[in-house]
Amino acid sequence: MSEEMRPAAAVQPEPLHRQLGVTDGELDAIRGKLGRDPNHTELAVFSVMWSEHCSYKSSKPLLKTLPSRGHNMLAGPGDNAGVVRIGDGLAVAFKIESHNHPSAVEPYQGAATGVGGILRDIFTMGARPIAVLDALRFGDPSDPRTRHLVDGIVRGVGGYGNCVGVPTVGGELVFDPSYQGNPLVNVMAIGLLEERMLILAEAPGPGNYVVLFGSTTGRDGIGGASVLASATFQDQDPSKRPAVQVGDPFAEKLLIEASLELIDRRLVLGIQDLGAGGISCATSESADKAGTGILLDLDAIPRREPGMAPWEVMISESQERMLATCLPENFPDVREVCERWGIPIALVGRVTTDGDVAIIEGGIGSDGKPNPAAKEIARIPAKALTSEAIVHYRLATPPARRRQAPAPGIPLTAHDGLPERGMDPAAVLAALLGSANLSSRRWVYEQYDACVQSNTVEWPGHGAAVLRVKGTKKGLVATTDGNQTVSALDPYLGAQLSVAEATRNVSITGARPLGLTNCLNYGNPERPEAFWQLQEAVRGIGDACRTLGIPVTGGNVSLYNEYPGGSIAPTPEIGIVGLLDDISLLVRPPFSAEGDNVILVGESAPGLAGSAYAALAGLASEDSAPSLDLDREAALQSFIREAIGRGLVASAQDVSGGGLAVAIAECAMWGGLGAHLRLGISGSPAIELFGESPSRLVLSCRPRHAAAIELLARQFGLPAVILGTVGGDRLRIELTGQGATGAAEERGSRVADALDVALADLRHAWDHGLARALGVEPSAAESNPEPHAPARGGAPAPGGAPKTGAAGATGASSSGATPKAG
Amino acid sequence: MRIGVVTFPGSNSDVDALNALAVAGVEPVSLWHESPDLHGVAGVILPGGFAYGDYLRAGVIARFSPVMRGVTDFAAKGGLVLGICNGFQVLAESRLVPGALLRNRSLRFASKIIAIKPQRLDSAFTNKATGAPLHMPIAHGEGCYYADEATLDALEAKGQILFRYVRADGAPALDPDDPANPNGSLRAIAGVCNEAGNVAGLMPHPERMSESILGSDDGMQLIRSFVESAAAWETAR
Repeated sequence: MSEEMRPAAAVQPEPLHRQLGVTDGELDAIRGKLGRDPNHTELAVFSVMWSEHCSYKSSKPLLKTLPSRGHNMLAGPGDNAGVVRIGDGLAVAFKIESHNHPSAVEPYQGAATGVGGILRDIFTMGARPIAVLDALRFGDPSDPRTRHLVDGIVRGVGGYGNCVGVPTVGGELVFDPSYQGNPLVNVMAIGLLEERMLILAEAPGPGNYVVLFGSTTGRDGIGGASVLASATFQDQDPSKRPAVQVGDPFAEKLLIEASLELIDRRLVLGIQDLGAGGISCATSESADKAGTGILLDLDAIPRREPGMAPWEVMISESQERMLATCLPENFPDVREVCERWGIPIALVGRVTTDGDVAIIEGGIGSDGKPNPAAKEIARIPAKALTSEAIVHYRLATPPARRRQAPAPGIPLTAHDGLPERGMDPAAVLAALLGSANLSSRRWVYEQYDACVQSNTVEWPGHGAAVLRVKGTKKGLVATTDGNQTVSALDPYLGAQLSVAEATRNVSITGARPLGLTNCLNYGNPERPEAFWQLQEAVRGIGDACRTLGIPVTGGNVSLYNEYPGGSIAPTPEIGIVGLLDDISLLVRPPFSAEGDNVILVGESAPGLAGSAYAALAGLASEDSAPSLDLDREAALQSFIREAIGRGLVASAQDVSGGGLAVAIAECAMWGGLGAHLRLGISGSPAIELFGESPSRLVLSCRPRHAAAIELLARQFGLPAVILGTVGGDRLRIELTGQGATGAAEERGSRVADALDVALADLRHAWDHGLARALGVEPSAAESNPEPHAPARGGAPAPGGAPKTGAAGATGASSSGATPKAG
Repeated sequence: MRIGVVTFPGSNSDVDALNALAVAGVEPVSLWHESPDLHGVAGVILPGGFAYGDYLRAGVIARFSPVMRGVTDFAAKGGLVLGICNGFQVLAESRLVPGALLRNRSLRFASKIIAIKPQRLDSAFTNKATGAPLHMPIAHGEGCYYADEATLDALEAKGQILFRYVRADGAPALDPDDPANPNGSLRAIAGVCNEAGNVAGLMPHPERMSESILGSDDGMQLIRSFVESAAAWETAR
């Protein structure tokens, strides 16, 4: 059928456009852009470029409201990845992206190509990828299909990252019933570059060569952006499998090396990877960005199979391909580099002045013009596909059945659950630590190479990832966080909480958040309620970022996360990269020395909705979630960075999932040191122990520093209470005050007056929870309690890197000597 | 003194080896897979990664690369060759060290810190080690050491077993199901050398535990052993 196609040949009136996911109104808009009817090839190109995934046509008006300026930002939204300067002539590039629907159809390849795609976004900026974090969300862990997806997706992330030689250093694994029909695979990548390496995805200079290098082009991934990513999911339809791309991490590894060499030697002027939308997207974006056009010769594109129609070549999403622009005189060198790395390369076009992406067959002459016998297949203004693509202003409507519950933070009664039912709080704590969402993720991360490239300072498992920057004193701290449970109740608050938690996780190491990347996973934007959730989330992220002073450096929107029977909980996945100016000042969560004081900074607010405790106790989520005061959050984060900078802090952990008791238990388990604490209960023991009100942290310090920390906290307007002392092999939290046990006993409760449990028991629950939930063999490393035996002290020796195997100060037992589990 | 690090297409831990050599104060030389010329180095490291994508079987394609001709000749003259992880797989496929590396017993990629113990301290690869267990990472899918019983007996008799996975109490994790034996290796073998003692391979990554900021510098005991033995060999020639 390609034989008949000419730009002038009008599309037959059959609703081909609808088959391609183009609405009648959008077809009219296409006619307006072209001044005529599109032909088949043009329609196919428009269908992918105007898909939600490529065009952000629903979310663009919202995303424009996000604060995206920072004085150290070198690249931001609209570029392949955000780039932020870190000093010493260096910068970091980072971005998070989703690969949800492909992973649901073909878990291994879907996840693998998700990693490949985000890595290309990083090295396309001139940065060497140095780390990956994967945020995964699934339905019921006991369901066989969930287990199949978990296994395949984890293998896919590992299979790609391990081979390509980029360590996977962190991420999340969350189970929530709302993801049963639609798992989420969000992958964040971080790269490091010298500022001089920064390069953009543009095709400047009319007459310059346009080259395509990397893998050949095939029929895999046809319509990935439009068919899979931009439509509601019917089921795991095997007929959609050809729309999933197939990854080759070996090819990607070669592509990284060749691309970075081309950029380093300044052989290319602009470079763009071929992701969603394939060559259509790469050519139109590169031309639009430079204000040029591109003449593309389809015959020159190396194929992996014969008989492909022009539209198939144009929208194929075959992986591991790059488009670059170079001066004609540099082409031999460009070819030499690619050939040395064993990568096919082809001269496929020229930069032109007319602003069009013009597609021909029949070759380009030495004069840069189509050969006389060549024929034009399609011609589209580049802008019409990218910067001037269609925008939809969607209707946003709050749900009619929006809960009647009080506003966040309003005190409620009779929601404090388990202790009143006479349960031992230690048993609740063990149950939380052993739950599918809070237990050790070791079974997952032990399938990922975490230390290739020799930069990994903090391995996965204990909060934020930490990487050193070779040749400097600097460190990078990275995390992903997303709160879907509160988002389901209140998408504005949920998004704010996600930003607060992610930035807090970075700040408690002493690092300063540099910027934020977000992956917004929401439902069908044509449904007003789903679009309202997205709108509220963007508003929440914007407000949080403005108050915390953090620029949004880019991100990705994944809509249509629905399936027969439901929609996912709104999921604002937040990725943060922070900078430690002096990595020797790094502070980690584990308790580090016997006799240290344990201090709680911040105070709890009422409300258990959305908490892990509420899920465990089976509490209805109709009550309120804890409120968030962004100014207080900002003060808390400034306080802890200041305290760490002054060398006052031995360990720090934020209070989040599972509440204060879980936070303290993690510090204790990970440090191999117990604690003896007293906690005043003013209201409900459940809220104080297991509530998840934000803007709180637990730190430990040498006793001589406790007064200085209390004073500093007061200066930041934060309450700080010394809870007790680190030591022993048990965690004991005595409950005091009017809301505590005495009162409970008077009411006839058998609740214990203390949470008192052996660390080994907590450790056992935490170690085995995930394997039990998934029905897999526990990790073979269960007898080796620490991810890495040689531990660093919580308070590093001044002026240098912490010494191996010994805690920084007094003769405390190091975490390397953690007692065995069970 | 110069030590070469081979880069095959798909090598990814070559940067770790180069880094560790720099930490050891040695001039590292990058050796490209397409040339058998070793540029007069005093020792060669075959690094970790996925040489040629590890398609077909780990290390099996790399065996036929031009640089391996140079490495084989170098080894025949007594030059020191250390294969780490994928490099060990390449050496085994090249028959430069005995045995084979099978898929991990778990059938999953394994990335974690494990403990190994040098089995002798008089070899070129261990002579600067203290003899205490060394903690270092593994990161492989095919690291289960296998050889037939007669070969294993011969390796023991000739002192060719250089490293064993050990438990927290320091005892070798001989049971393939012992959690301290991370891949099910027979007789807990983590590393071996050839009969002449100048070619060795191991699955764990000493070069990634080269600085205390990375958690430990245990690996430098082995890197220093190798480097100083190579220097001695070069001087003796």
